[in-house]
Amino acid sequence: MSGHASNYQPKSAFAKWFHERLPIMDMVQGQALDFPTPKNLNYFWTFGGILAVMLVIQIITGVVLVMHYTPHVDMAFNSVEHIMRDVNSGWLLRYMHANGASMFFIAVYIHMFRGMYYGSYKAPREVLWMIGVLIYLVMMATAFMGYVLPWGQMSFWGAKVITNLFSAIPFFGESITTLLWGGYSVDNPTLNRFFSLHFLLPFVIAGLVILHIWALHVVGNNNPTGVSVKGPQDTVPFSPYYTVKDAFAIVIFLMFFALWVFFAPNYLGHAVNYQEANPLVTPAHIVPEWYFLPFYAILRAIPDKLGGVIAMFASILILFVLPWLDTSKVRSGNYRPIFRQFFWLFAINCVILGFAGSGAPDSYFMSHEAAPPDQWALTYKLVGQIATAYYFAHFLVILPLLGLLETPKPLPASISDAVLAESHPSAAAVPAE
Amino acid sequence: MSTAEHAETNRRDFLYIATGSVAAVGAALAVWPFINQMNPDASVLALASVEVDLAPIAEGQEITIKWRGNPVFVRHRLPAEIEAANKVALSDLKDPLARNANLSDGDPATDANRVVGGKEQYLVMMGVCTHLGCVPIGNEGEYAVVEGNVRHGGWFCPCHGSNYDTAGRIRKGPAPENLHIPQYAYLSDSKIRIG
Repeated sequence: MSGHASNYQPKSAFAKWFHERLPIMDMVQGQALDFPTPKNLNYFWTFGGILAVMLVIQIITGVVLVMHYTPHVDMAFNSVEHIMRDVNSGWLLRYMHANGASMFFIAVYIHMFRGMYYGSYKAPREVLWMIGVLIYLVMMATAFMGYVLPWGQMSFWGAKVITNLFSAIPFFGESITTLLWGGYSVDNPTLNRFFSLHFLLPFVIAGLVILHIWALHVVGNNNPTGVSVKGPQDTVPFSPYYTVKDAFAIVIFLMFFALWVFFAPNYLGHAVNYQEANPLVTPAHIVPEWYFLPFYAILRAIPDKLGGVIAMFASILILFVLPWLDTSKVRSGNYRPIFRQFFWLFAINCVILGFAGSGAPDSYFMSHEAAPPDQWALTYKLVGQIATAYYFAHFLVILPLLGLLETPKPLPASISDAVLAESHPSAAAVPAE
Repeated sequence: MSTAEHAETNRRDFLYIATGSVAAVGAALAVWPFINQMNPDASVLALASVEVDLAPIAEGQEITIKWRGNPVFVRHRLPAEIEAANKVALSDLKDPLARNANLSDGDPATDANRVVGGKEQYLVMMGVCTHLGCVPIGNEGEYAVVEGNVRHGGWFCPCHGSNYDTAGRIRKGPAPENLHIPQYAYLSDSKIRIG
């Protein structure tokens, strides 16, 4: 598909002159407008476009926030309040940026689960998937460092706990944390470097997104049937079919985004972050933002410091080898009846991990009441441990075995066949042309 | 150039490899300042020491001071707290080492090794949980001395539930080490300098 010749014909003399020097319009026509796209993509395929829009929104709101923000421990907190109270529309820009991060993660999680359900990581899309995992990793680093910048209590203690993870590394741990902090604790040098990197990394993400789209355009889109495109009858040009479908989904998503920004701008945050950072007092209950909670639960599930850190990083890095852990040749979960049930169990398990990461380790699950020590009780920690075990079992046991044991349903001969069978059940019996 | 010259290593191959090696070493050396700039700078290193007057700290009271950006606990312990700490067998400790910057690395974590001889009532240690760096809460946790419904000594970390005893030694929870004891010295009977 990468070799797909575009139908671009320069219309004016200037366009022809320009085309001979930089064939960018040719690329736009071939890769963005005429790009042959499976004709059966559903709305789960619109989240790539939604994510691109969210990245642009984060960069634009971020660049203007920097015009009013001061990265210094004595002034950072006040400059954020200055943005909220004094700067024209500052409250709107900050709420867009803060809630935009959450929307970005909602969209990326739907995008990732879509890939997992429809087997979009399987050959020949392994590299496309791995670049996606890399983008997700950089996104996490960016979000973490951005959360530190307002220099509230949760900013400070989140930064301290996460940077301290590196002290678990044998031998070099202490030197690495000192290097990260630029001191003996999270302090002004730390804030300054996080600010610098928080500004840089979104552009790194933008670069990785270009690679992600490039890889996508080499192998082409997966689709809900998971059956490869067999010919032009299976595709439609990207524009207008998917530009319009994506645009519609983006508008709906922006409405959802606006609901948060205008009606619940602080719901996804923590009230204690409106207290200025105090290095001498840890808040009674520190938790990361919602999008990191499952990984936080995995960190706490292992009673050993180094073990917890290894498990947490492993839970993300395991996604890189997912294409080789899933042994089934059938891509789409629609044709894998047993996988489909395990997929949903896995999704529910991720939500449970999120809840397990949200409470005090020794309290009863979904309660604030402390459980008696030295006695069996269903605590946040225990739930986290069970869910962590299941998380890894899904990748290391269930997926490899399912591919060998499961009998998939018969696949349609082509995308066109599947589409016709859906709208005219009798047509499926007619041999494809 | 003959084909024979192509087949084996010649002067040109040597020059390529030598040039490449010099460039690689040069690039590696050039990276170092960009990494090393992240280490603590001179102004951070200059904040080396702080003096504390122990006289105003009443028995059973604890103060927190800031040293190098971190909290330091200075606690005037009750006799019961010292007694409780002395009763613990070394084999019951999760971390058997004193973690005292004033002693050598291998010293055992007896209560005597956590304080200065003759000044057992004053416990001076970093208020930084050795798990992930939160500040433990004093007079809390399962290893405090309990009198009625009042707790004396002992620390509990709110972040991930580590419990420290009345000598600041880790007893339960994910933290791997006893609370660290910074370098400090008595300047007079009731004054210390930390750092």
